[in-house]
Amino acid sequence: MSAARVGVLVFPGSLDDRDMVRSLGLCGADVQTIWHKDARLPESLDGIAVPGGFSYGDYLRCGAMARFSPVMRAVVEFAGSGKPVLGVCNGFQILCEAGLLPGALVRNRDLKYVCQDVRVAVEDPGKLRAELPPGRALVMPVKHGEGAYVPDPDHKPRVAFRYVGGSPNGSTDDIAGVANAAGNVVGLMPHPEHATDPLLGSSDGAAVLRSFLAACVAARTRR
Amino acid sequence: MKLRVLVSLKPGVLDAQGRAIEHALRDLGYAQVTGVRTGKLIVLDLDTNDAAKAHALAAEACEKLLANPVIEQYEILS
Repeated sequence: MSAARVGVLVFPGSLDDRDMVRSLGLCGADVQTIWHKDARLPESLDGIAVPGGFSYGDYLRCGAMARFSPVMRAVVEFAGSGKPVLGVCNGFQILCEAGLLPGALVRNRDLKYVCQDVRVAVEDPGKLRAELPPGRALVMPVKHGEGAYVPDPDHKPRVAFRYVGGSPNGSTDDIAGVANAAGNVVGLMPHPEHATDPLLGSSDGAAVLRSFLAACVAARTRR
Repeated sequence: MKLRVLVSLKPGVLDAQGRAIEHALRDLGYAQVTGVRTGKLIVLDLDTNDAAKAHALAAEACEKLLANPVIEQYEILS
């Protein structure tokens, strides 16, 4: 079976896009970047990753401006077709702002930017289940100032990942990542793309990325 | 005309900045301060003098972009 074809979005202010491209490539994907002004996605794309950073300087609210980029309309349609979309950190914030994931992310409880390894437990990662059985513990880094998850009272989230031993940011119920109702859109604050090699302190992130790629291939073969 | 829009976190959503300011004020001896909430004031310059139109535009802008209804509330001030 041919490799999953994945697009990594690039906004002005994205800064984890290159790590995302590299890590997905190491996990076997055929990766290309997609500029935020592209209103049309490349053909035969199997999945989209929305990387971390500070899109549009995080002005107004994290992810609020990126949501209105030309590419996002296409991403919403893409997600609606059931294909996998993975958002990390600022990418998670963007997917929440775009309404693809329920809830929102606000300033960390202690007003401090946190940059540390965290341990999360897998709960219900939607379609990213290939290497993510419930209960599996993963070590990945977080680095954010606004990562406290606040659920939407009208849309209970599927909790994909939960911090173990307390959240570093004051997230409601220690939620570290969520999936949409259909399970094809997943967002998380920890960075799997920064944890793909034991030399980086952990290779647990590769399990998240490989699960994403497996979901990409599965969504393709189903059609 | 100008319209001012006040965007703040909904009651119940942790306002970490407000809490830090509250603690600082108490440390300064303002024991009467029992709560602080912060917000953002956004001033819109509008190319119209029709107050109703301006209000409608500001409300639409709040719903679409200026506030996130999941966590924030807004108030349009004149």
